[in-house]
Amino acid sequence: MIVLLGVVVVILGFVTRRNPALVVGVAGIVTGLLGKMNPLEVLAAFGRSFADSRSVTVFAIVLPVIGLLERYGLREQARTLIGRLGRLSAGRFLAVYLLVRQVTAAFGLNNIGGPAQTVRPLVAPMAEAAAERRTGATLPDRLREKVRSYASSSDTVGLFFGEDCFIAIGSILLITGFVNSTYGQEIEPTELALWAVPLAVCAFVIHGARLLLLDKQLEREMALASAEHDLPLPKGADK
Amino acid sequence: MIKVEWLYWLVGLVFIVMAVQMAADRTNPKRWTSAAFWGLLGLTFPYGTGVATVAPGTAAWRLPAEPLGVGVLALIVLAGFNFLGKGVPVTTTVEQREASAARLGSKIFIPALTIPFVAIVCASVLDESGLFETGKATLLGLGLGCVVALVVGMLVTGEKKVSVPVHSGRSMLEAMGSALLLPQLLAVLGSIFALAGVGTQVGKIVNDVLPENSKYLAVIAYCLGMFLFTVIVGNAFAAFPVMTAAIGWPVLIEQMNGNAPAILAIGMLAGFCGTLCTPMAANFNIVPATLLELKDQYGPIKAQIPTALALLVCCTVIMAIFAF
Repeated sequence: MIVLLGVVVVILGFVTRRNPALVVGVAGIVTGLLGKMNPLEVLAAFGRSFADSRSVTVFAIVLPVIGLLERYGLREQARTLIGRLGRLSAGRFLAVYLLVRQVTAAFGLNNIGGPAQTVRPLVAPMAEAAAERRTGATLPDRLREKVRSYASSSDTVGLFFGEDCFIAIGSILLITGFVNSTYGQEIEPTELALWAVPLAVCAFVIHGARLLLLDKQLEREMALASAEHDLPLPKGADK
Repeated sequence: MIKVEWLYWLVGLVFIVMAVQMAADRTNPKRWTSAAFWGLLGLTFPYGTGVATVAPGTAAWRLPAEPLGVGVLALIVLAGFNFLGKGVPVTTTVEQREASAARLGSKIFIPALTIPFVAIVCASVLDESGLFETGKATLLGLGLGCVVALVVGMLVTGEKKVSVPVHSGRSMLEAMGSALLLPQLLAVLGSIFALAGVGTQVGKIVNDVLPENSKYLAVIAYCLGMFLFTVIVGNAFAAFPVMTAAIGWPVLIEQMNGNAPAILAIGMLAGFCGTLCTPMAANFNIVPATLLELKDQYGPIKAQIPTALALLVCCTVIMAIFAF
């Protein structure tokens, strides 16, 4: 029972907004020691699992490429491009991205998108440009943040509820690995992937609908903002 | 055969090169500790080759894991006590960017699209060729895509100095700071939880609390448990063995004869709903917020919570109806 204090450390650290790296470190040490591991075993556990999880940090290798392209105007060009696509609103654009991300992830291409690879350089600037084109005015900071947050969300939701339809993905392999070794079962990855399909559909319908509602929200808030500042209504806001 | 370890060495090398640049960057008030952090992180990548768990039957060289553990604690101290600083980024002005965007036009997308293109080719066409380590084709595709995209990017933009992309990438790295390390640290925490037997303990509690033979309550307990535990630890992979050992397997599958693949697959997805809602899942929620330069680092989470809760209900309902 006492080993659960490690979980309590995480919750407390999280609630009191301590530095997350520190919270994780302290919780790991506390849990290890309470779980009757000796200090050397705790160190070894830190080392081994850090080595085993290196793949999650690999995305850093994208940064130089994106950094270089941004220096040469990648984000500006992304905005220009979307500006030419007349009828595309931010919400519709993000819904299309959500679908693309889900479908590609369902085919195992989970690394082709991501916050560093696609959201920062392409998806977020394009969504902003689409929103500005649609409402005919520059977005205030608060709404700009909102559009960026939704851009990030469409990437994450798309990835999560697409990738499990693919059999060779980490979570599916984790399920089969854990259950087959712990309980002596022979569950096939394909059976699991099949059950991920209905939820993939739910995810697209729910998040897609919310993305489309984002357009309405943006229009309303833009109209409100211009009314407050006694400015002329932005073009297109009177629909 | 291209091994995934080679990619890890390359990532480590990139961190080390950036650390050397940081040490020389006088505009960074904490340049020595920043350089120590990223340099040490870079060193953990090749050292990790000797420590990582390898598939049985494959040859590997072994290094003790304890020194790496000390290194990880040193990284935690450097990140946790605010020893990371940033230099003044040398970059282009908005006008310069617009001019260069106008000059390059849509050609500037070619390098950006090279990354996913190479990743797709590696994952689909070349996966079966035996060129890549088994099961690592997409990850290696990402790495390979970046190398190719860097070359293409320098050709397209006409940039001749390799130091320019490294510098730009370093500025992004400095802006992200220790958020970049958090996903890996959370994975460490998850495995320590598993080693220390947190799962068995939660299982005992759940079994004490849950009334017998109430299918719907058990389904709700499993889905909600996956959700909440994932919110706490930030990782559905860490919550899954805990909650499945606690309730998914013994109660839903053995006692109530549930359909095992349905329960396990949907249970994992209920955990994913939790991942959408928690700052502990830093790589999906906090890292994007820093990359997108949001003032509110919880912005992506706020955008995701309603979707996550609705999907949690879907998981519970679908499991309750179709898994028995």
